[in-house]
Amino acid sequence: MPISVRNLKYVYNPGMPGETVALNDVSFDVADGTILGIIGHTGSGKSTLLQHLNGLIKPTSGEVYIDGECITDGKAKMTDIRRKVGLVFQYPEYQLFEETVSKDVAFGPKNLGCNEAEQEERVKKAISLVGLDYDEIKDCSPFELSGGMKRRVAIAGVIAMDPKILILDEPTAGLDPSAHREILAMVRRIHDEMGIILIFVSHNMADIAEMSDRVMVMSGGNIALEGTPAEVFSQGEKLAEMGLGVPPAKEIIDLIKDRNPGFVSEALSVDEAARDIKAYLEESDS
Amino acid sequence: MIRDITLGQYYPGDSWVHRLDARTKIIATLLYLIELFVVNNFYGFLITAVALFAVIAISKVPLKFIFRGLTAVFLIIAFTFLLNLFMVDGRVLWHWKFLTITYEGLSRAFFMAIRLVLIIIGSSIMTLTTKPVELTDGLEKLLSPFSKIGLPSHEIALMMTIALRFIPTLMEETDKIIKAQQARGADFESGNLFQRAKSLIPILVPLFVSSFRIAQDLALAMEARCYHGGTGRTRMNEIRFESGDAVAAVLMVLFLGVIIASRFISI
Repeated sequence: MPISVRNLKYVYNPGMPGETVALNDVSFDVADGTILGIIGHTGSGKSTLLQHLNGLIKPTSGEVYIDGECITDGKAKMTDIRRKVGLVFQYPEYQLFEETVSKDVAFGPKNLGCNEAEQEERVKKAISLVGLDYDEIKDCSPFELSGGMKRRVAIAGVIAMDPKILILDEPTAGLDPSAHREILAMVRRIHDEMGIILIFVSHNMADIAEMSDRVMVMSGGNIALEGTPAEVFSQGEKLAEMGLGVPPAKEIIDLIKDRNPGFVSEALSVDEAARDIKAYLEESDS
Repeated sequence: MIRDITLGQYYPGDSWVHRLDARTKIIATLLYLIELFVVNNFYGFLITAVALFAVIAISKVPLKFIFRGLTAVFLIIAFTFLLNLFMVDGRVLWHWKFLTITYEGLSRAFFMAIRLVLIIIGSSIMTLTTKPVELTDGLEKLLSPFSKIGLPSHEIALMMTIALRFIPTLMEETDKIIKAQQARGADFESGNLFQRAKSLIPILVPLFVSSFRIAQDLALAMEARCYHGGTGRTRMNEIRFESGDAVAAVLMVLFLGVIIASRFISI
């Protein structure tokens, strides 16, 4: 279910004090099965862009096509769009409201008009996809869970709608390192098992490099860079100009490259960097 | 829709009205509200409206911005209008089944609606041209004489500051929660009244939880900075009356005189 965005423009508070252009002529395509990582400074238009993709915001001009169907012409049915495109906001645990976890996760399917049996089936599937035990957790109050678990439940609430495209706005924000790793692994597993398009925003360059098939860099309401992680992170200077960086492993690699002209490496992750450095050292020893 | 509420919002500017002392503006607004109840005929409202629009023109706040605040209370105004229209006895103008419109009712309905509109526009001028912090500082100063008889003026002002400060925060929070629930297929626009009221639960519960969280964070942050109430507290910007405030006071007295005189204009 490919996405294609054409000349998207969005202005906040038009004609009012505080008029801001949040998106300024944005066009891109996302192919089926892709994991797209989006990076950009606060206020670069990332969140605004994400909300356009499931019709929460109507663009000032431009179009969004999901699976070839235009969702911005005002004719598309909102429930159809929300069924296809699941959007998980930043700190999604703040939207939990039901008495029990299973009821909360069932909120989405219920809104889509699923019957009770189907609701339960979807809730079971979603809760196990986010790595929780359905029988153990279904009757808990979502408010008595830990932060990381709350977030999983909230993500399950969106997954239960069985979207073909899943969008996550900073899924790991404010989590401790172990919960951070678990959420990333979970997101990856959801992508692989459901075979969907995954779009996620992160400020952690290492996560972006590790997870993404393609990377998009937003700056001032425009797409500043787009490509594979290797392509994007090879432009360290440009990224630094926008107040962004490269993954820590890539930084080390670049430093070594500067001092050792013979060293060649495309590594972005710590593991790749370690492998390349080891190979280089062994080579120069012999 | 939720962003349309301009109540308590500040419109940044540097006009003569903006620069007035907050105390002047509070007293002027109070006088203005009293004055609206002194008025007993449409001439009085005409004079008030002219004065009000003169103030708006000086303040350079766009009219569009001011009227946006009215849309939020449109229902109340419409309700008052209809109630007065049908409930007042007098010379019958129009009659249909149990509905009767009288000459007095029509006149009263317009009178009340105009008064309400003027009240709302007039008081929104104050909040639009005064920063919330200045407003509550002014209020604290105005109330401080009463602290001798046990009125906690500083605490009242602080509560108001916090309430005003968190209106935009809570609106943003509400907006976020609404969008998040919409993304899960929630529908707030269709169904009967009962269903619609029920559809607010997914918004209200998270909003309450957020409010408590925000309140707790704020209390902690204040304590961490050794907040201990109003006694012995100094401020960075002392507010003081200037020549503009004297001019405003004179204008206000003049205006009040004109309004009292307008009571004696006969139709």
